[in-house]
Amino acid sequence: LGTQLSGSVLCVTAFKAAVLIQRWYRRYVARLEMRRRCTWRIFQSIEYSCEQDQIKLHNFFSYLMDHFTPSSSKERDFISRMLTEEESYKDTELEKLCDYESVEVLDSYTGPHLSFPLLPDHATALLEAFKQKQQLHAHYVLKLLHETRRHLMQLPNINHVSTCYSEEITIWEGFAVCPLLTLWHLTYFLFSYVFNGDFVDRGKQSVEILIILFAFLLVYPKEVHLNRGNHEDHMVNLRYGFTKEVMQKYKVHGKKILKMLQNVFCWLPLATLIDQKVLIVHGGVSDMTDLELLAKIQRHKFVSVLRGKKRKGKSRHMDSKVINGESPVGVDPPRSSSFPGSCLQPGLASTASRTELSQWVRQTVEEELEKCRRQVGFSETPGDKELTCVSSVTMTESELESCETSESSQGEWKQIVDLLWSDPMPQEGCKMNTVRGGGCYFGPDVTENILQKHSLQLLIRSHECKQEGYEFCHNRKVLTIFSASNYYEIGSNRGAYYQANKTAHTLTLRQRISRVEESAFRALREKLFAHTSDLICAFKGYDQEETGTITLSDWATAVESVLHLGLPWRMLRPQLVHSTAGGLLEYKSWLDYLAVEQRSKEHIQSSLLETIYRNRSNLETIFRIIDSDHSGLISFEEFHQTWTLFSSHMNIELTDDGISDLARSIDFNKDGNIDFNEFLEAFRLIEHTHCDDKAALPTSDGC
Amino acid sequence: SLPKKERDSQTQTIIADIQKKITDAFEVFDHECNKTVDVREIGTIIRSLGCCPSESELHDLLAEVEEEEPTGYIRLEKFLPMMTKVLMERRYRPIPEDILLRAFEVLDENKCGHLTKEELVKYMTEEGEPFTQEEMEEMLSAAVDPETNTVRYRDYITMMVVDEN
Repeated sequence: LGTQLSGSVLCVTAFKAAVLIQRWYRRYVARLEMRRRCTWRIFQSIEYSCEQDQIKLHNFFSYLMDHFTPSSSKERDFISRMLTEEESYKDTELEKLCDYESVEVLDSYTGPHLSFPLLPDHATALLEAFKQKQQLHAHYVLKLLHETRRHLMQLPNINHVSTCYSEEITIWEGFAVCPLLTLWHLTYFLFSYVFNGDFVDRGKQSVEILIILFAFLLVYPKEVHLNRGNHEDHMVNLRYGFTKEVMQKYKVHGKKILKMLQNVFCWLPLATLIDQKVLIVHGGVSDMTDLELLAKIQRHKFVSVLRGKKRKGKSRHMDSKVINGESPVGVDPPRSSSFPGSCLQPGLASTASRTELSQWVRQTVEEELEKCRRQVGFSETPGDKELTCVSSVTMTESELESCETSESSQGEWKQIVDLLWSDPMPQEGCKMNTVRGGGCYFGPDVTENILQKHSLQLLIRSHECKQEGYEFCHNRKVLTIFSASNYYEIGSNRGAYYQANKTAHTLTLRQRISRVEESAFRALREKLFAHTSDLICAFKGYDQEETGTITLSDWATAVESVLHLGLPWRMLRPQLVHSTAGGLLEYKSWLDYLAVEQRSKEHIQSSLLETIYRNRSNLETIFRIIDSDHSGLISFEEFHQTWTLFSSHMNIELTDDGISDLARSIDFNKDGNIDFNEFLEAFRLIEHTHCDDKAALPTSDGC
Repeated sequence: SLPKKERDSQTQTIIADIQKKITDAFEVFDHECNKTVDVREIGTIIRSLGCCPSESELHDLLAEVEEEEPTGYIRLEKFLPMMTKVLMERRYRPIPEDILLRAFEVLDENKCGHLTKEELVKYMTEEGEPFTQEEMEEMLSAAVDPETNTVRYRDYITMMVVDEN
């Protein structure tokens, strides 16, 4: 760089020095950017593979139905509990279900009180209360949900909004870390708002968000519009944490609230149409999407999109309908042999043969009633009205009819799934969304067709996290909005809403990236650990001479071949593999290092451990389903049965001893009950969620 | 040394490895999964592969891989051979710490071991290949010691180097 000889030489030198520093700095930033992108890819691929898990769960249930022959009535009961809605209530009336009257509000309650019809003051009072970290009493929650349901029931499947009424419309999707701050916008109601689904399962304040949304919906029905998202689905909530949150916050009445919520979610509109020009849906569309058909279906039938139509008569008011001339008798549906589908109580099923078991599972009471009603020319009106229908249908007719009904409701189901779960893709065409396990990938041509067919100009959707919070695609005909900032981790992405407000960073680039990165790599290492056996096999394939080492390049190829995450392993390698000698990796010790990190229980069969890790989301979900009273306890037998079923489905060799070892390693001594939270926690399978975790939330993007 | 045949095969392996590395890096930015990236991301890709070109050197590299009629996109097809050559020839090597230190010292006219915030801003935005405002702000956020409002460059370099590793 020379020494200072004269002024002009100094200038030249300063110039060169500056270039050097700038060159160096730009490289530093570029490397950070690369790390940021890689981290992003990790999160995305892991999340998507989690969602793929969900369809595996769905397949598991189908597998059970097709292959499993219950050998005892106990097993049958067990299965039936998994395949149908848990029914711990004897009541069939919906009113009794939400039963807010019986929930007493004690004088000691210091939270907000609501009275209906709700007024703007109530809504703002709620906001204030939540900011003070208060909780709304279950009595009011239930009443609110009841009123919300009544309101939603009046809305069509596709909600029409006009900008003649309000000049601007703001579209939000999802909320996360700083939700209450964002919700302050709601108090300044100059515009209309469309909330595009996924109100829950994001962050730890889903309950509060939902309450606020519903309250404002009731207070400002003309300005607030809600679309259903794929997380407005209790099966999804079981996995993603909303169920847990509700049960933690409402220990006594949580169950009621969850049940009621199912009835509210299914009534959420499926789409919103602005000025007949802009269509807003949560996921997307498919080549089969038919808006006219969508407008006509009975959306509330589809309580959970994941279980398809295999659900018990959701609207309990139907249960007390008259079938075959018999008068309704509380719970028990008539034991008419012409309606095998009516045998929905587990007890009744025990007398059925295997074929009838499958049939029974495939039919719902409503389908039976549907055909019943059609036969008498009765059209259903929405609402809690008591319907009566008399018919004398024979067995064969009922079978035929139910098949037809199955097909048409299958088609309707697909319409909804496509709307809530699809993602756009750059290529033309339409193909199944195997990553999410539901909905499809739709190309620009599909978008174009839909827009033209219905004379629309723009499709707005959400469902995918975008780093900058929003993204146009398909020739700017599709706009993705993602409002939940810090979705994966603090600093992982910015939130956005349609009015595209750029937000300022508060952490430096470097700080944001390293925090997020740590989180991503932790998740990735766990995934790697979960595939230890397969990885060893793959590595050995590259180590023909049994030196115990492989090249780093082979490492990358092998890892991708096992994990199928589509990640740039060579870019990620420095963070995953720390010690290499001469460009070679000792793979066994690397895998040991991963295992140590997971703090595994050595005395547990290692393949079993891997299995647990690999399937932890599904396991947790299954356990939660079995634990119908949300007590956190399941019986040892149920635990055993679950494992047996699961392992046979997954083709895993699992000895009874193996399972017993597992059970023994759990500290359970509660009369044959397993506290499965402890079990999952013991293997660090669930994150620590402390109710009192009120760590200061950093001001972050999108708030 | 090894007979030619084995040396050649080794070189082939090295080249294959390099190409996989380049493809991996490229794909991180290939948002549409069609083997193209936005031309504005090429700098990031090249730098993350271990090279440290200046802006003008980058400009030259880009000229090699751009289409006849610039589309705003660069294809892997063209990028791969160019980048392989760059890596094989070990061009645009990173800057060693001590050279970097000397560069800061050159700017430190008074030889006091630090630069003021204003001095740094002046040099970075007026000299060499000037920073954009965003780049400048980003550098300042980490480089400036808030208590003294100066850039103690020796510490700064050490910190950045540790960061990278």
